[in-house]
Amino acid sequence: MAGLMSRFTTLFKVKANKALDRAEDPGETLDYSYQKQLEMLQKVKRGVADVVTSKKRLQLQTAKLEESIVKLDGQARQALAANREDLARTALERKTLIQGQLQGLDSQIAQLEQQQQTLIDQERRLSAKVESFRTHKEVVKAQYSAAEAQVRIGEATTGLGEEMSDVGLALTRAQDKTEQMQARAAAVNELVDTGAIDDLTQPAGSDLDQQIAALTAGNQVDAELAKMKAELGTGGGAAGELATGTPAESAPAAEAAPAEEPKP
Amino acid sequence: MIVRILGRGQFQLDDALLGRLNELDNAVAAAVASGDAAGFSRAFGELIGMVESEGKPVPDDELVTSDHVLPHADTTLEEAREAFAGEGAIPG
Repeated sequence: MAGLMSRFTTLFKVKANKALDRAEDPGETLDYSYQKQLEMLQKVKRGVADVVTSKKRLQLQTAKLEESIVKLDGQARQALAANREDLARTALERKTLIQGQLQGLDSQIAQLEQQQQTLIDQERRLSAKVESFRTHKEVVKAQYSAAEAQVRIGEATTGLGEEMSDVGLALTRAQDKTEQMQARAAAVNELVDTGAIDDLTQPAGSDLDQQIAALTAGNQVDAELAKMKAELGTGGGAAGELATGTPAESAPAAEAAPAEEPKP
Repeated sequence: MIVRILGRGQFQLDDALLGRLNELDNAVAAAVASGDAAGFSRAFGELIGMVESEGKPVPDDELVTSDHVLPHADTTLEEAREAFAGEGAIPG
């Protein structure tokens, strides 16, 4: 197998040569490259805006997931106090799953920030090169014979074509990344929306529950259950604290926790 | 020689480094061939790191052709495999 570098060099050169091949003389190349640069500038701006939107969406989602974790933790405590270990387990399983999603989000936000910076840097480089191409063409025309000028401008044209292809690829890549993240964000939202346990008296049994159970690390759940039991003093006599059929909304997580700190 | 890292621009490197560059590149290719994700990210990271640390960035306003082109620094094993298989990471 040939090296990755030679493979990419070949693929990229083909693309770079195509980038400016519509223009045959240097004058046309310049007009065409200005036009291309303007188009790319627009695309880069849109690309950066898309990246920023995705990033904000992920940040909102992070906040939402953090809320869910607090809520599920409270629900698990309530369920355990009511001697419903099965429900407490389900709540903790969901909590574990959401914690996993939360860890992934941080690195995705960092990736998007990097994409944003790359696009900005590349646009700056491309603008500098288009400007340089303009100056270069005038200098070469004044100093060299027509044939020699053709060769020298040819080299500059290839250099410019490379830069355009590079920016073009960065745009495609940024778009793919934001699309992937949006798809993932939608999936996480669905999980959070359907994952809340609204009625503690209803046994869990949906597809989602099975899915969650399969994905979850049972060890962490067992450990948390043991810890909560210890905190509640085995939880045996606490069933009366939770009226049967109380919807979760009327007993928010904050109230289920020991109220030692004054409310803000 | 001029080496371009996609997304990061061009670097001017001493020609004497070509041997080392090819060595790392072969390690990357071997990792792709065997599907060794850890080996890939190690060798590829070293390759990118070497170009960036040993190379001097080509000024923004200079127009030169690259002798070698490396994919984006965050390329995954999967993307590298696609590049070997077809057009992959560089769509037409």
